[in-house]
Amino acid sequence: MSSAPPAPVIDARGVTKSFGTNTVLRGIDLEVHPGQVVCLLGPSGSGKSTFLRCVNHLERIDGGRLLVDGQDVGYELRHGKLYELTERRIARRRAEIGMVFQRFNLFPHRTALENVVEGPVVVRRRSRAQVLERGRELLDRVGLADRASAYPSQLSGGQQQRVAIARALAMEPRLLLFDEPTSALDPELVGEVLDVMRDLARDGMTMLVVTHEVGFAREVADVAAFMADGVIVETGPPRQVLDDPQHERTQSFLARVL
Amino acid sequence: MTPAPGVTADPADPALPVVPLRHRGRFVAGLIVLVLTASFLVNVAGNPNLDWPTVGEYLFAPLTFRGLVVTLWLTFAGMAIGIVGGVVVAVMRLSANPVLRTVAGLYVWVFRGTPILIQIIFWGFLGAFVPTITLGIPFTDVVLYSAQTSTLIPATVAALLALGLNEIAYGSEIVRAGIQAVDHGQTEAAKSLGMTPAQTLRRVVLPQAMRVIVPPMGNETLTMLKTTALVSVIAGQDLLSNLQAVYAQNFKVIPLLIVASIWFLVLTTLFTIPQRRLEQRFGRGVAGSAVARRPFARALETWKARR
Repeated sequence: MSSAPPAPVIDARGVTKSFGTNTVLRGIDLEVHPGQVVCLLGPSGSGKSTFLRCVNHLERIDGGRLLVDGQDVGYELRHGKLYELTERRIARRRAEIGMVFQRFNLFPHRTALENVVEGPVVVRRRSRAQVLERGRELLDRVGLADRASAYPSQLSGGQQQRVAIARALAMEPRLLLFDEPTSALDPELVGEVLDVMRDLARDGMTMLVVTHEVGFAREVADVAAFMADGVIVETGPPRQVLDDPQHERTQSFLARVL
Repeated sequence: MTPAPGVTADPADPALPVVPLRHRGRFVAGLIVLVLTASFLVNVAGNPNLDWPTVGEYLFAPLTFRGLVVTLWLTFAGMAIGIVGGVVVAVMRLSANPVLRTVAGLYVWVFRGTPILIQIIFWGFLGAFVPTITLGIPFTDVVLYSAQTSTLIPATVAALLALGLNEIAYGSEIVRAGIQAVDHGQTEAAKSLGMTPAQTLRRVVLPQAMRVIVPPMGNETLTMLKTTALVSVIAGQDLLSNLQAVYAQNFKVIPLLIVASIWFLVLTTLFTIPQRRLEQRFGRGVAGSAVARRPFARALETWKARR
């Protein structure tokens, strides 16, 4: 194992998930390697977001194996059995995975800077003084150095999403998950968020991105995966999947989106 | 500047004079209510049975102040029990554990579903029901501590128990509503940072729930202040108990009730000040919350602006 090429950050094998009688994931196979940007595309209801949420255990999978950094999400493998983890240990593993939400989910009672340092202070137990400087650097990195003391309600959607990205980065995650990060934004604000994500990709951040931005996927992604009805129907380099789709579902989706 | 009647003003003039609407109906209604109120007040104040000297005599009497101290103590201690216990019961009700959920639900059902007066009398007469209180290991004979109920729980403690335990039921419903009002995305954001459920509750959910919790809790505090008067039925040493003891002897019921009412009005008025402060503090970061809801101040500003 150790001499093999670097292990995938995400390794999903036949992941299934249902909500009641509604089967959302019907066997997802996907690998995300360190430094890769993988974009999940597909019609709404295809299970993209659900799969993303399974990766940091916001949803529990029903079948298959889902490994992050070689460890089962939410479980521990011992003596050939998967033991369910305590909330505390799940939390510790989540701290290594950053997540950016469609609706930002910034903490409204804290300023931009306080949002960014909340994770390091509460979860990593760093001293506030120590992390404030780093928090300012991160806000500067997303172009919001001058809005450090603004509350989320005083920021535009695009600014809020950039703060949310800085908040995720403050935990120094091994992996960043993006759940339709630009879908709740006014069209003219989409660009500023995509710019930040493009920079992160260039810096080698491992990213799994659920998005409807086909242009972004074509330009930034290493792998584009197209999902429909709970399975990945087509996967490969974005130019291949997006410009020369083989599967009929991919073709009809792209025809409607482009 | 004012154009003479009949003279057409220049419609393009940006500084045309504006004539506000005169509300004649409002003026008449206000006058009628004012006259009625004044005649009522004059009649009450002039009633010889009211006996103002007695009111003056007892308004600042040591016995009144002793009662006030107990009333305030019961209010604050009762609210403290209610809030802390309320958070615990609320979290139990929202827990994934069906046993905790059911027990919490039963608690709220019993304490909200029976009159507070009955609960006060019950705790006051606990000694008749459970003569000795024993602390031990359940279902064994191991006894760690044992005492007479009547010595362990005097009237004021029984009063506090009754008020506090009752308030837990109401407080928990307020806290539960507050917690449920916080967007679920907040919990997910906290979890995704790696916070444990306890950290999520303390750092993210409760501070935001406070905005929803504080206003009704302020009302609960006022209600609690006034409910303390009920503990007079078990001689709880509160303000009303003490004044009742006086009028049981001198029969000046109305003047002494006026004394109590004056103090209750003073206290309820004072209580609203910290409440507004708290509402502003926990409204941080929420659009529109900086504007305090002060109808009179706002009306005054409008009035000034008009002039």
